[in-house]
Amino acid sequence: MLQLDQVSKNFGGLPALSDVSFTVPKGKLTALIGPNGAGKSTLINCITGVMKPSSGNIQFQQQKIENLLAYKISRLGISRTFQNLKTFPRLTVLDNVLTGLTSEAGNSMLLAMLRLPDLRHRERQLKLRALESLDRFGLADKANWPAGVLAYGDKKRVELARATVGKPQLILLDEPVAGLNAEETAAVGEQLRLLRRTGHTMLLVEHDMDLVMEIADQVVVLDSGKSIATGTPDEVRRNPLVLEAYLGRMDATA
Amino acid sequence: MTNKQKFFYFIYLHRTGLTVTGLSLALLLFPVFENNPYTLGLTNLIAINAIIVLGLNLFIGYAGQISLGHAAFFGLGAYGSAIATVTYEIPPWPAMLLVASIVALVALLIGIPILRLSGHYLAMATLGLNFVVHTVLLQWDEVTGGPSGFSGIPYLSFGNFQFDDEVRLHYLLWGFTLVSLLLCLNLVRSGVGRGLSALAGDEVAAEALGVNTRNAKIKIFVLSAVFASVAGSLFAHCYSFVSPDSFGIFTSTDLVIMVVIGGMGSIWGSIFGAALITLLPEWMDIFETYKDFVHGGILVLVLMFLPQGLVTGLVEMVKIKLALRRQKDAAA
Ligand SMILES: Nc1ncnc2c1ncn2[C@@H]1O[C@H](COP(=O)(O)OP(=O)(O)OP(=O)(O)O)[C@@H](O)[C@H]1O
Ligand SMILES: [Mg+2]
Repeated sequence: MLQLDQVSKNFGGLPALSDVSFTVPKGKLTALIGPNGAGKSTLINCITGVMKPSSGNIQFQQQKIENLLAYKISRLGISRTFQNLKTFPRLTVLDNVLTGLTSEAGNSMLLAMLRLPDLRHRERQLKLRALESLDRFGLADKANWPAGVLAYGDKKRVELARATVGKPQLILLDEPVAGLNAEETAAVGEQLRLLRRTGHTMLLVEHDMDLVMEIADQVVVLDSGKSIATGTPDEVRRNPLVLEAYLGRMDATA
Repeated sequence: MTNKQKFFYFIYLHRTGLTVTGLSLALLLFPVFENNPYTLGLTNLIAINAIIVLGLNLFIGYAGQISLGHAAFFGLGAYGSAIATVTYEIPPWPAMLLVASIVALVALLIGIPILRLSGHYLAMATLGLNFVVHTVLLQWDEVTGGPSGFSGIPYLSFGNFQFDDEVRLHYLLWGFTLVSLLLCLNLVRSGVGRGLSALAGDEVAAEALGVNTRNAKIKIFVLSAVFASVAGSLFAHCYSFVSPDSFGIFTSTDLVIMVVIGGMGSIWGSIFGAALITLLPEWMDIFETYKDFVHGGILVLVLMFLPQGLVTGLVEMVKIKLALRRQKDAAA
């Protein structure tokens, strides 16, 4: 579904990604792991068009996307969450989730201003879908709250609801459980499993190894911008390079 | 649900429609109770300002941009209609449409390059635009009449019915304002509107949600220019006279102050802001001379303490308080 071919990204000469290649297969959950600063978020930013890769190709459903603008990539059906939350504090929780349906709500300003009956009808349906999604994430009772007052864990879930409500082809999740307590992590994990069962394709960046090892079909390990291993959770767990990347560092800090 | 709850839920669900209906009724009856031409002249001016502020608030509050030059579009609309109807003898209604289309085109051509800028740079660029337009209106005597203004602009009319006194103008102008209000309310409650508020919140996030941010900014800029142009045409036909003074940079800043008072992204607040700032000099005679000083002071104070604007800021404060209290209740 998503194919990365020798993707590199330099920041002012310093390489953040060098020649990263892997595939995200359809209907599978691929986890992307690696120590802090490995380039995981940078990779997601390159895929979603937030930044352009310095070189390399990215293909999504047989289409080259590395030169597309971010909004076009989003409209192809790639949605994402952000590591450092990007919810809209002034909008209500419901409106936050509804922004996840922007592409489906129509983009003619004139039609929006006229609000003809078919648009009203569509708005009602979108609202129902957003409420449904909020319900799944246990936020239905806070639908009309300004998102800004929510606790951190709730905001993370609002982002998840926003990223999934539009039934995207591919979901990129940048550390969806970072900063959540055990209970919240379990709840989000449950949602991810549900999404996987229902055939969604996902790329999950996560430091929580228990979650990754349990949930992923495929794991890609990134270290200092290079992909050092790709395989099933078991293969990766036993890979000496991976052990070194993680354990070596632990030794150094211990 | 009990009947009482049902009643409140119904009100809540249809709050926008009900408020619009209420406002329309109040405006319909207003001249019956208040027929002092001076007062009506003031409320008519509020209507004209409200149209511009509605558009400008979409640009500032929804698209998250800044313009210190909307009086330029207001002026282009006013002078456009004046020149089209007097010099070229085009009937007023088609002239208004024609002028609005031309202003839209101008805004598009200006918007494409300057909306690459943001923040202070955009503020400076729009201010510059206002300066240029104002100077042209002042200097190009043969066409605009120069500093002494342009007079003899015909009233708007339907057949023999002329909008020539304050009561008739009241219905004409507030009719336009209500239509603008409805268009804006519809827009912000649509997917396009949510895309815009996403854009005001965070451009990267908005793009990730499929919002073409560059296009959206330009479209809203053009839309707000068209609103200002229509308001300008109405202004010209309402007073039969226009002069460059009405379209200087202080008008632009006053418009921004109206947006700020009403609150960023608040459609209803726009009307309130337009009303308050239009009336303020009337209420405080002593301040008449220091008008710009007072307005500037208000702007600074509001932005310091309520960066979202006065009305929106207060409303949001209450909303947050309520939500936090409910959160506490839920936890207890
Ligand atoms: N916009 C930027 N400009 C310059 N350098 C950057 C930029 N974004 C990231 N980097 C650098 O690129 C490297 C990779 O960063 P990135 O955020 O992708 O890491 P990460 O794997 O997501 O780490 P973490 O687990 O902490 O989120 C880091 O060294 C970082 O300092
Ligand atoms: Mg990261």
